[in-house]
Amino acid sequence: MDAAIEVADLRKTYRGRGTGEVRAVDGVSFRVERGEFFGILGPNGAGKTTTLEIVEGLRKPDSGTVRLLGLSPWPHSPELTGRLGVQLQASAFFEFLTAREQIETFAQLYGASKARAAEMLELVGLTEHANVRCEKLSGGQQQRLSIACALVGDPELVFLDEPTAALDPQARRNLWDLMRSINAEGRTVVLTTHYMEEAEALCDRVAIMDAGKIRAVDSPAGFVRSLDAPTKVTVAAGQLSGERVQALAAGEPWTADEAAVVFETRDPRKLLTELASDGALDGLAVRTANLEDVFLHVTGREWRA
Amino acid sequence: MSLDTAEARTERAERAGGRAYLSLFKALGRGWIRDRSQIFFTILLPLMFMVLLASVFGSGDTAASRIVAVGDVAVLEGADEGEFTVTEAADLDAALAMLREGDADAAVVQDGSTVRIYPSGTSSTSGAIAEGRLSALVDDVNVEVLSAAAPGEPVLATEVEEADGGALQPIQYLAPGILAWGVAISGVFGAAGTIVDWKRDKLLRRLRLTPASVRTFLGAKVSVNLVVALGQTAVFLTVAALGFGLRLSAWTWFAAPLVLLGTLAFLAIGVVIGGIAQTSPAAAGLSNLVTMPMAFVSGAFYPLALSPQWVQWISYASPMRYLNEALQSVVVYGEPPSAVLPQIGFLAAFAAVVAFVSWKTFKFDEL
Ligand SMILES: Nc1ncnc2c1ncn2[C@@H]1O[C@H](COP(=O)(O)OP(=O)(O)OP(=O)(O)O)[C@@H](O)[C@H]1O
Ligand SMILES: [Mg+2]
Repeated sequence: MDAAIEVADLRKTYRGRGTGEVRAVDGVSFRVERGEFFGILGPNGAGKTTTLEIVEGLRKPDSGTVRLLGLSPWPHSPELTGRLGVQLQASAFFEFLTAREQIETFAQLYGASKARAAEMLELVGLTEHANVRCEKLSGGQQQRLSIACALVGDPELVFLDEPTAALDPQARRNLWDLMRSINAEGRTVVLTTHYMEEAEALCDRVAIMDAGKIRAVDSPAGFVRSLDAPTKVTVAAGQLSGERVQALAAGEPWTADEAAVVFETRDPRKLLTELASDGALDGLAVRTANLEDVFLHVTGREWRA
Repeated sequence: MSLDTAEARTERAERAGGRAYLSLFKALGRGWIRDRSQIFFTILLPLMFMVLLASVFGSGDTAASRIVAVGDVAVLEGADEGEFTVTEAADLDAALAMLREGDADAAVVQDGSTVRIYPSGTSSTSGAIAEGRLSALVDDVNVEVLSAAAPGEPVLATEVEEADGGALQPIQYLAPGILAWGVAISGVFGAAGTIVDWKRDKLLRRLRLTPASVRTFLGAKVSVNLVVALGQTAVFLTVAALGFGLRLSAWTWFAAPLVLLGTLAFLAIGVVIGGIAQTSPAAAGLSNLVTMPMAFVSGAFYPLALSPQWVQWISYASPMRYLNEALQSVVVYGEPPSAVLPQIGFLAAFAAVVAFVSWKTFKFDEL
């Protein structure tokens, strides 16, 4: 079976009047297996949307090749597009239609039933707003409607460009659950996001993208593991004498200020046991390395989402 | 909710193919109907123009001429009822001031056997009419005097009859022009505005990722515009006929294909504009820049025969001229479609060339 997505050496340079040249995508290659949940993580302007648009077939790359489900996205073919579900970063709706009319129109384009349209509306929690005109929906509701439109055609491969960007925390969690269930049904999902914790919570594999290039691809756990960073253990200051801190650190780095002592340890289990026996657990915080540290490590820059 | 089998998918895609056009037509048509500004531009604006122009051009020829008599003007005593409304002025200066301000159509002074007429320069048409009526009145009086003096002599007298059961009423002349203009603005503004909207709201990008082809979508969009043009024509001609006394010929139905053809040409112009403009105000401005001169040189509002030669030359490039001519021929003069074949040919050629240009220059990447 073909991979869900195979992308080789994509390049795209925007030449705008006055703006000069922007190398939005600069030699991007990756492969997504069927059923995988794949994330593209990167800051504003990294080239995520441009990459996705090329992969979907909306933009022609300057060079490079794309295969989706073994087919080329260019030129347009109903055989392929009928198997894709797409949510674009900017919601796109028919003017003056209600949410229901909107999704029913999309349903018809994909040959899906009205019942399916209603089901999708329910799935994203918009049944109550079915008769509201699209332009009167809130930003987050529009986002959800747009996702419902992406799913109405029962796609094998789903592209979601920053689907949670305009959502409140509750709606974001709900959407996470929804995305997990979509993926659990066997659909391949490609997600772009700014949010580390989103990528960490959802993705089988994450591509870290910056300045038009994919810097690294791995599973979130794999990233953290390969980073091989020490665990940071923090306790409130004043519970340990200077000598005791030295002893506990056992040669590993530590820092202290008036508020807290921070140990960086490779053996958190031993350190924590000792701290417990000292009774010095006030203000205890344990922080293992996460994608943020990975981003810093991979790009040499602080995360600034 | 679960993944379909391959067969179910194929079957679904086949069903979608046939229905895509209809569902897009429905979605776009609904959007059109709910957009009040569209209704205003396509239906109400041309009607408003008709009311306005009909009252501007329609007055003057049937209404009584407004005459200022300076001193005693004996000749006016022989005038027919309703032909003149006479006011009196103390002196010529006061009378001329009234003319300048448009309060009268002509001033008249009788100096013994000389009747001096001062037609208005401010409203020259009604001034000319007043002048004509006054001269005719003088002639009538002379004829009476002569035949009284020499009863045996034959005297020539003129009598003006309205030809064609009444001259071409202004509405007969104006209605096709205003209709052509209405079709032109809804086509040009509609297409240009739509494309700029698509650039902004990315709808076409989203639709390109559905199984429906761009061609199906554009076809549905053009169909909506064509249906709108037909509706616009029907409403306009009905109101013109019932409310303004436009007499429709037996060939009036042929206005339908003419309007459809014209709409295609104007849509193509709008697409070119929409390709250039990046914002709605820019699209509206450019559309104005194109439709205004096109209307002025088309003969829609002012007879081409009375226009300067250079305007007549430019008018050959205006598709509105041909639509206007063709509509006038079939709707007003009742000529058969074969009489407007040249106009049809030009409109078709114009639509084809502009459509080709817009297709070639259009940057789909921007949508
Ligand atoms: N249509 C365009 N014309 C010119 N430059 C563009 C265009 N679209 C994007 N760019 C530029 O290309 C670069 C990548 O943009 P892109 O939208 O792909 O980034 P992104 O990773 O999706 O960012 P975000 O997180 O803000 O959505 C940016 O520098 C942007 O300014
Ligand atoms: Mg983006």
